[in-house]
Amino acid sequence: MADKRMTTAQVVARLRDGMTLGIGGWATRRKPMALVREILRSPLKDLTLIAYGGPEIGMLCAAGKVKRVIFGFVSLDVQPFDNHFRNARQAGQLEASEVDEGMVQWGLRAAGMRLPFLPTRVGLGTDVLKLNPWLGKVRSPFADGEELVAVPALRLDAALLHVSESDEKGNCTIQSPDPFFDDLFARAANEVYLSCERVVPTAQLINAQTARLQPFERSLVTGVVEVPFGAHPTASAPFHGIDVPHLAAYNAAATPEGWAAYRAQFVDLPDHDAYVRACGGYGALAGLPLPVF
Amino acid sequence: MTSPLTNPSYTLAELCIVACAEAWRHDGEVLATGIGLVPRLAAGLAKLTFNPDLMMTDAESVLVAEPVPVGPRGDYQVKVEGWMPYLRTFDLLWHGRRHALVGPVQVDRYGQMNISAVGDHAKPKSSLLGVRGFPGNTLNHPNSLFIPNHSTRAFVAGEVDVVCSVGYNPARWPGGVKPAGLDLRLCVTDLAVLDFAGAQHALRVVSLHPGVTLEQVQVATGFPLQVDGILPVTPAPTMEQLQLIRERLDPHDLRATVFKGNPPGLRPAS
Repeated sequence: MADKRMTTAQVVARLRDGMTLGIGGWATRRKPMALVREILRSPLKDLTLIAYGGPEIGMLCAAGKVKRVIFGFVSLDVQPFDNHFRNARQAGQLEASEVDEGMVQWGLRAAGMRLPFLPTRVGLGTDVLKLNPWLGKVRSPFADGEELVAVPALRLDAALLHVSESDEKGNCTIQSPDPFFDDLFARAANEVYLSCERVVPTAQLINAQTARLQPFERSLVTGVVEVPFGAHPTASAPFHGIDVPHLAAYNAAATPEGWAAYRAQFVDLPDHDAYVRACGGYGALAGLPLPVF
Repeated sequence: MTSPLTNPSYTLAELCIVACAEAWRHDGEVLATGIGLVPRLAAGLAKLTFNPDLMMTDAESVLVAEPVPVGPRGDYQVKVEGWMPYLRTFDLLWHGRRHALVGPVQVDRYGQMNISAVGDHAKPKSSLLGVRGFPGNTLNHPNSLFIPNHSTRAFVAGEVDVVCSVGYNPARWPGGVKPAGLDLRLCVTDLAVLDFAGAQHALRVVSLHPGVTLEQVQVATGFPLQVDGILPVTPAPTMEQLQLIRERLDPHDLRATVFKGNPPGLRPAS
């Protein structure tokens, strides 16, 4: 059987300029941040990002990696706005394809089912259609004749997801309270790269009772990276919570000098182990309390 | 209405929580979603008093049989009654059995709301959250509003800068026909309670908060408001409501931070 284990650097070496990347998780929960930091260190550019956006969007914008973002929101939860993303947007630096949250999952679902689009009413009566000329209209072929919005398939060159645990073949589990839309990102993507807290033997990972914690099957998975605390500073329940002070410091660093200092301290490091130590060490991160909303 | 004599001291935040709770009084068994502190406490109050059938979540991923107190929970154990991950929330809201109480940055005479950006969308003066679920929410289930800063900056003349939600603006309706799911209900502010039951769903003043005049409300609104007859004063919280808010729903008094200076609900007449 295939052993799909990789390093973060090996994953990012497989990505190309101009790719469309889907990023799993939701706002400040289960973001594949170790993979994102690897992209920040790479020469990759002109990326299109599709996400339920958290700090990964602002970081990639601050580093000049982003051409376009397809999103319903970008938020740091405890602080509603990501200042790095705001700066990029207010400077008109990126194409902001802002749609309803439900339209994001609808486009991913269409891609996963290999359909050209899926219909919905959502967007009618608002500025969403005017702001996104790439959305279409379609008329019901049935007696109702209703005019609907066509959300085109949001096909991904790659999906980056942070799951709880995986075996070396890509059988994975999401043990946190909400799997979000990671399964749709996975099925919409040509290649799926997982970071996870631990790579464990299959028998230790899944049994008949826990099989439902598996969000999708291993045939979708291209690469598996074991990177404990790889979601930090976002949460990876039940392993650790959100690093609220870290996110606040990141958000306060939304100036060229501030971002340079953040990069030097937390991004431009030799490896993930150095990152964990820069953030206070494994014990401190394991002790981050689980979020209460 | 309860006489203010029985509850001599309540804050403006508490008055607004009680007024917002009314949004869910006749809803029956729907998911109550209160976005922000006052709407969330209001949903909890509605469930603990006049609408126990309401469903609500812990604001993360589970349905709860009783509202979870806000802030640090101490020994409190969440009373889980089901699972409500975002995927199911999306399925539920397109199906329609939900009533959300939301806090837009701008709202116009049609009830169209903006949480996306102030200024030009391509290069906004101020980039906000994003349209989030507003387009789908307003097409599919009832929505009410809480506006803590009743002013012409919030209630804008003309249309909002980015129309994130569907409102009562026939020019924007597909084929000029009102979407079946469009249903804007209550609008509670720091000055008054309003609804969308005016002519052609115009925003209408329902009651004035204690010490507030109609003129104050109209001057703070960027378009004409409908007024039918003599306006009552917004009902003061009852002792039972105050007790539930203070002891069960918000034991750490987070609501004291909603309005600057935490003003009393009984304002001296200006």
